[in-house]
Order: sequence, then C-alpha cells, then structure tokens
Amino acid sequence: MIPRYQTILFVVLLLASVAMGGFLWQMRDKAHQRMLEGQDAAPAAAPMVTPAEQATVYVASDADNTLTPQPLSLPLPASPGLRARAILGKLLDLYAAPNAPHPVPGGAGSITQIFLLPAPADGSTPTAAAIAAAGTAGQSVGPQLAIVNLTGAFANGHPSGLETETLTVLSICATLHANLPSVTQVRFMVDGAPRATLAGHADLARTYMADQAAPNDGSHP
Amino acid sequence: MVLDAAHGGDDSGAALQLSPAQSPSPTQQEKQFALAFTEHLRALLQARGVLVVTTRDADAAVGADRRAEIANRARAQACVSLHATSMGSGVHLYISSLAPAAAERMLAWKTAQAAYVTRSLALAGALNSALTHANVPVTLGRTALLGMDSMACPAVAIEIAPVLASSHNQPTALGDANYQTQVANAVAAALVQWRSEAPQP
Repeated sequence: MIPRYQTILFVVLLLASVAMGGFLWQMRDKAHQRMLEGQDAAPAAAPMVTPAEQATVYVASDADNTLTPQPLSLPLPASPGLRARAILGKLLDLYAAPNAPHPVPGGAGSITQIFLLPAPADGSTPTAAAIAAAGTAGQSVGPQLAIVNLTGAFANGHPSGLETETLTVLSICATLHANLPSVTQVRFMVDGAPRATLAGHADLARTYMADQAAPNDGSHP
Repeated sequence: MVLDAAHGGDDSGAALQLSPAQSPSPTQQEKQFALAFTEHLRALLQARGVLVVTTRDADAAVGADRRAEIANRARAQACVSLHATSMGSGVHLYISSLAPAAAERMLAWKTAQAAYVTRSLALAGALNSALTHANVPVTLGRTALLGMDSMACPAVAIEIAPVLASSHNQPTALGDANYQTQVANAVAAALVQWRSEAPQP
C-alpha cells in the first residue's frame, strides 16, 4: 500500500516536470526568434565613406626658409574644428616623415584640439569660458580666432631655432587660413596652458594674424 | 651698437652640431656659441671705434624684458640679437613681424619695435648685402621674438646655421672657425657702414 503523502509528492513532482518542460520549450522558441531577428539586423549596405576633398597645406622648408602651398586630397569631416585638425594633422605628418624638408617629430597626434571662436577685434586673449563654450564644433560667423592646442611632447621635441620654430608657426597659420578663410587670427596653447615660446625662440604668447602668414610671393614668409 | 647674445643661464637654447661630418659630432650649446660669437663681434667693432653694449658677458640668465631695457637705455643705432642653429642653411636674418607704425613720443612696451620696423628692414638689407658679398648664403624673414618687439632701435636677429651643399655653396660646418670669422667680418662691416650712414638716435 503506497502511503498517501508519497502519492501526493509524486503528482507534485510530475506536474513540476511537465511545467519545466513547457517553460524550456517556450525559452527555446524565444531564443530562436531572437536569432532570426539578429539576422534581420545584419548590415545590408556598405558603410558610407566620406568623399575626398581638396585641401591646401603650406609646407615649410628649412633649407631656403620658404612656405610652399601643396594641394592634398583627403576625406574631411564637416565640422570646421575637426576639419582644421585633420588638415593640420596631415601637415604635421609630412613634417614627421623621413627626409622631410622641415623635420619635426610628432605627427598628426600632436594637435589635441582646435577651438574656433569669434575673433576679438583688438587681438585680446579670449576667456576660458569662451573657449569652453566654443568646443570643437566651431561657428562660421565672421572672422574667427583659432586656438590650436598642441601636446607638450610636440613642443618639447620641436627642434630649437629661430627659423625652424617660425616656419612651424607660420605654416600652421597659413594652412588654417588657406582652408578656413574665416580664420584670421591664431593663438597657441600647449597641453591646454599658455606657453612663452615653442622651443625657446618663437613667441607663442601672442596672437598671430593668419591672413598675413602666407607668403605674398608664394615662397618666403 | 647693442649686441644681444641669446639665451644664457638655465636657458641653453639649441644643442648645436658643430661638425656633422664627424661621428659623433662635437656639440655646443647655443648660449655658449652666441656668447663667443658676440665677444668676437664686439672685438671687431671696438677695433673700428664703435661703442658696443652687450646684454650679457657671462653665462647668466637675462630675461627678454631686461634685454630690451638694456637696448633702450643705450639708445643704440642698431640692436643685433645673435642666435645659432643646426637647422637650415647659411645665415638667417629676422626682423620683427609687427606692422610698421608711426613713431610717437610714448611707445607701448610690447610693440615699441613697430616704430622702427622700417629701419630694421633697412638694417637687415645692409647685413644681407654684406653677407652676400662675403659669399655667405642668407635668408630673410620676419618673426615674433621675445624681447625684440620691445626694442626701440633698428633691430635684427641673426641666426647662424651651417651651410648646406648646393649648386652655389660648399658645405660648411657651424664649428668651422673660418666660416664664423667670415660671418663676423661681414656683420661688423655692415654695422660700421650702417653707423656711418644712419641718423643718430
């Protein structure tokens, strides 16, 4: 004679087994459904590639103290600040290449940020709040001041000399103005702070007139 | 004349390669080269009867403002800032990048040189002629150099570099004594001529 409590226990366990089986079957269906949905979300079109655009960089040469305009074709972002950074990065990559006419180590990573602000009429220093408000998006209203934030490694590794430092500063200013004509003034920061000179000579504490940096005769600055 | 030997003290300036042909190349700090060249040039000028004021006579730190103060107190006919580098070729002549401005009774400290830019350009032209005549390759430019923009006198920065080989020039090392003498003689001759032709301050 089977005790009553064992019968009840058997029935309960049987019901639990059936319920668990049903639950597992349902989970399997859901997993299958998710897999099918994942296949639907697979990329069906190739990613968009920004088309290459024309840009001009002013390449310095130490041998004859010249700045030479050099056209480039490269994909550029739409934002003016990011665009300026991409172009200057290309310029610094040229300087970091072996046998460069103006050798400067560092390359594109030497520019941390470029801020674009409305240019102050008197060439005064913008406030930190104005710089923070501008971000890297930039506004294309009237003459602009570009603030180029260089890395400390770039400034510390830059060759020291009146000519070589002047050429670096002027080639950056001329390149910015050539590609963003609204940029009329340029100031420099190093690791987010003002610095007296680039590598002991060229004054980094002043505002440079970008529209006067490019050589009039296409060569000597 | 005011001769301004660049750098000094903790500020060593560039590390110069005196003779790249040798391996390893002997090196010298820019502050040492500038001081030695200044003493050489001062001797040449004093021998020709020119009164010379220098901004430093030893390895001492002299700030940019102090250099301009010395030059302005001297009321000099010409102020020459002397530099050296291993980059580039020949002698680089630089004047201030400030826009020329009319001379006024009171000059702003940071832009005092603006009233002298035209005469600085003429001084650079005289130096260019003398150096070219001495077969030294020269490049001219404008720059923002701390101290020079505050000088109330015709001012030129001279940066001496080695001469790179070209169709016109034989390569010459920065440490070549003959080259240094050639440059010093040409600069001294130009300054003496400038002194005789330029109006008194």
